[in-house]
Amino acid sequence: DARRTRGRRGVYRASLLCMKALANRGRLDSVSQQMASHPQYLESFLRTQHYILYMDGPLPVHYRHYIAIMAAARHHCRYLVSLHSAQFLLADGDPLWLQGLEAAPLRLQHLDHINKVLAHQPWLTARSHIQALLKTGEQCWSLAELVQAVVLLAHCHSLCSFVFGSGSDSDTTPTPRVHHGTPPGYCLCDAANGNTALSPSLAGPTEKAPRRREEDEAMFSADPSRFVTDPEFGYQEFARREEDHFQVFRVQDYSWEDHGFSLVNRLYSDIGHLLDERFRNVASLPFPHSPDLKRAIWNYIHCIYGIRYDDYDYGEVNRLLERGLKLYIKAVACYPDSSKTPLCPLSWAPVKASDKVHVNLLVMEARLQAELLYALRAITQYMIA
Amino acid sequence: MEKMTRVSGTVSGCTMFCHLDAPANAISVCRDATQVVVAGRNIFKIYGLEEDGFVERLNLRVGRKPSLNFSCADVMWHQMEENLLATAATNGAVVTWNLARPCRNKQEQLFTEHKRTVNKVCFHPTEVNMLLSGSQDGFMKCFDLRKKESVSTFSGQSESVRDVQFSIKDYFTFAASFENGNVQLWDIRRPDRYERMFTAHTGPVFCCDWHPEDRGWLATGGRDKMVKVWDMSTNRVKEIYCVQTIASVARVKWRPERRYHLATCSMMVDHNIYVWDVRRPFIPFATFEEHKDVTTGIVWRHQHDPYFLLSGSKDSTLYQHMFKDASRPVDRANPEGLCFGLFGDLAFAAKESLMSAPQSVGDVGRKTYPGGDRRYPIFFFKKPDVTEQFAQVSSALSVFESEAGSSVGMDWFINTAQSYLLSGKPFAELCEHNAQVAKRLNRPQESTTWTMLRIMFSEPANPSLSSNHNLNKSGNLPLVNSFSMKEMSAALNERNKENRQDNLHSLETNLNNNDENEETEGSEGQAEYLFGDAELDDDDLYSMEHDNQAEEPEYLLPQEAFPLRHEIMDHPSAPEPVQEKPESPHVSGSEAESTCLTPMESFSLISVSQLLFSPHLPPKFFCPIVKEMLCYYAEQGDVQMAVSVLIVLGDRIRKEIDELTQEHWYMSYIDLLQRFELWNVSNEVIKLSTCGAIMCLNQTSTTLHINCSNCKRPMSNKGWICDRCHHCASVCAVCHHVVKGLFVWCQGCSHGGHLEHVMEWLKQSKHCPAGCGHLCEYT
Repeated sequence: DARRTRGRRGVYRASLLCMKALANRGRLDSVSQQMASHPQYLESFLRTQHYILYMDGPLPVHYRHYIAIMAAARHHCRYLVSLHSAQFLLADGDPLWLQGLEAAPLRLQHLDHINKVLAHQPWLTARSHIQALLKTGEQCWSLAELVQAVVLLAHCHSLCSFVFGSGSDSDTTPTPRVHHGTPPGYCLCDAANGNTALSPSLAGPTEKAPRRREEDEAMFSADPSRFVTDPEFGYQEFARREEDHFQVFRVQDYSWEDHGFSLVNRLYSDIGHLLDERFRNVASLPFPHSPDLKRAIWNYIHCIYGIRYDDYDYGEVNRLLERGLKLYIKAVACYPDSSKTPLCPLSWAPVKASDKVHVNLLVMEARLQAELLYALRAITQYMIA
Repeated sequence: MEKMTRVSGTVSGCTMFCHLDAPANAISVCRDATQVVVAGRNIFKIYGLEEDGFVERLNLRVGRKPSLNFSCADVMWHQMEENLLATAATNGAVVTWNLARPCRNKQEQLFTEHKRTVNKVCFHPTEVNMLLSGSQDGFMKCFDLRKKESVSTFSGQSESVRDVQFSIKDYFTFAASFENGNVQLWDIRRPDRYERMFTAHTGPVFCCDWHPEDRGWLATGGRDKMVKVWDMSTNRVKEIYCVQTIASVARVKWRPERRYHLATCSMMVDHNIYVWDVRRPFIPFATFEEHKDVTTGIVWRHQHDPYFLLSGSKDSTLYQHMFKDASRPVDRANPEGLCFGLFGDLAFAAKESLMSAPQSVGDVGRKTYPGGDRRYPIFFFKKPDVTEQFAQVSSALSVFESEAGSSVGMDWFINTAQSYLLSGKPFAELCEHNAQVAKRLNRPQESTTWTMLRIMFSEPANPSLSSNHNLNKSGNLPLVNSFSMKEMSAALNERNKENRQDNLHSLETNLNNNDENEETEGSEGQAEYLFGDAELDDDDLYSMEHDNQAEEPEYLLPQEAFPLRHEIMDHPSAPEPVQEKPESPHVSGSEAESTCLTPMESFSLISVSQLLFSPHLPPKFFCPIVKEMLCYYAEQGDVQMAVSVLIVLGDRIRKEIDELTQEHWYMSYIDLLQRFELWNVSNEVIKLSTCGAIMCLNQTSTTLHINCSNCKRPMSNKGWICDRCHHCASVCAVCHHVVKGLFVWCQGCSHGGHLEHVMEWLKQSKHCPAGCGHLCEYT
């Protein structure tokens, strides 16, 4: 009985959060809907996202959305590209920029390289990249701006994985939905139109968008490839490159808890606590299977990105994760790109739907942490030199 | 003992360093202070400490492809057994090494019981064979080196263990610090449960260290950039010192022979080593700045020698720091103090050498009290404390006294609060009154603001009203009108001069508006009302407004006792003018749905040719300006002005400003009023406010707990019947029905009833209606 009460409280909390998100954005995006089964996590996720995109920070808001567009475009995530395009315009961004990366200011174009590397082969991130961006000049970045940009990039890349894994992206491909409601968030009038109904399924597809927005949307559903250079650059097996001089990243030498947190929190205040809470929350999510499986999934994802734990026996990964699950994880983490032929069928059978959300969350957070670790280590190396 | 003193006598050397092949993770020194071991992921070496440099003695990392067992997170040299070392491996192994082993491989024992990285190993200070380890998996294990397995396991039940330290004085006690911010104390004999636990930091506690002399002192350092010293000897763990550093604290080590000193180093960003005097937490006592990357291990070379510090770093160097070579930030700092006095004085103390500089021109009003001057009673000399090695600084104290009646004093605030009228009069009069008040208090800008508000928002809201006035005072209308015209422009010019440059622009725009409004309004015959007073003396004003003045006290009756509670709820926004005054125009704060400033044809006394703008300027036109002005005042800290204007303008402006801001202003003003004990004004403001959150301030703690009049027990539930004796409580003594509403009772005999009933009864009789014989009185 107590469990049921707790369950009900959970549902209540989730619906409260959804309502908040709804009031905030004008609609409940499918990402939040998916996460609503884990209200505690959803809360910290929304808080972080809100902080990165709208709260205090060195970057102007339209820059932030543009960087998010750039990040999402790396994985051809139409859903996020159109979402942030709309918000970019709402934040008084120059519509011209949406025509493509070359129309954006040079400063943002400079970010393209680190975006590309972080998205696909984060182990290539080096001190020199940071140095190049920070080199004084007309188009230079400040350290604080760069850190915010990096956090944004990592956040959006990993969110692409979640969107891809949960199948939210396929909703937005040319169905009528794309023209009504889905992308242009942040319109309070929607909430006032009576769409504040609690049930998340009610929001969205049925609402009628004002005419002007439809026109805007024609542009929002812009092709993500406009914001991408070097489209051939993609994930490569880290293991195969081990004979090269790329060293394995040892968590014992640079960990989130000891090093990453302090650095990121120093340069972009409070974000460390928010991210920390996210990582803690995802680690403490109730998982119906053994904690070993969870650790195996997490370490496997980090292993894919060349991050190794001294105190982990990687034989466990093969023992605990079936081939199908490994393929799925790899597909979601490394190739979250619906425009390419999938690595494995996403209707991955071995696990139930609720577990799937959980696995997707693990993939997203592990990937986020991996990218952050590489980027922050590069920044640390830059600061020491 | 003899050996030890001999050795400590021979410790000597200089600041020196050597390059290591790889970054170090931890260092430890043997007891006689002649050798140091350096451990890291790719290094495990012993160096001898010579007079003029480090000499590599031994490389413990042997084998072609060393296993992860060699990758050390921590190392400790046994303090009793000089051949014994222990390391914590990143793969979770605990390894002991015996230097006396004849072969190259000195590894003695390997414990692989931890599942995750071992963060810390610690030998017992007096028990030779006891070793303790703390791991990422949340467990601490105690090993007996004579056995192959751990003898006991301690479960912290709270995330990863970052540090474990045996107490130096208590044989059985050890402290453990955790990633979630907790510190636990354990008894080595009781593995089932910790003795005590407390939260020391927010975020991980990376390190802890027992004080070498003080039994109960434990220093902890955390990711939250703090070093805290805890007194554990009392029942409740007490934080006795706290040092705020600039980066997360990776290691903390008490300085030998110096009771209040400890050394810290950081895990990120900051590469320096600091030695703090915990009593002087704001500036490091000494700093070592040699390292180029983060310092990972610090250790005092000898446990009784405070002058040698060894450190290893990620920059692959090993250093010996000499205390005499340390940099002392205090020497470079300029100690200064700044403090506001109770009456707005400002005291400023600074190093004397700095203060002797020639005085600049802006220094008027400054009094200098050189070191010897003892006129001020607050003066004292701190006695130099011999144990405290801090530079004594002689400072000069300057006190900047505020001139009497200057802006620092708050008299104007009290005066203004008491004199402002916020309701109960026509809008224009309120403005006029307040303008006068501000002027009297020598606050020209506020005065001008009030006048301008009056001009902007006064309009014939009620035609019958203006005609009413015309009937009364039509005789002197033209005269006053022309008079005020002339005076107005003069006054406005004057005001322009008075006001600061940055307001000039808005003033000018307002000036234009004023001109034009003046004309339109003048034509309505209300002019004497609106403009005439402005330049008249108080006497004239009173003579003109005679009847209003006479009745004014009625408005000002304190709002106590009888504005009924439900009335507050029903008419939250109504500062209701008393109704029995037919001649008083009710254009007060709350009403005034504004109409246009349209001149009425019948009264166009002034030639239209002077009009520069269309006369159809709705009061709404001014709202943005007024809003801006309110925000300006609020931001300047004059929330009094903002709130007063808000109340007086009422609906005219309320919708323009968002609820929250209003609420914020109200709250600030009410808070200020209550600080100055202006309860009546504060109550008036609360009553006149239109914000829900403010109005309910008056309804807090208005509950009255009553006892049943029959059984004298408290009435617990809401309702009229006592649930114990099932009688109706609070029955009217006259009609014997339950009183629902106002209950009046005699304070002498405590009988009472409906207000009207009791009033009526006591008109006829002097005795209590309950028949108790008491002579009740109703006044």
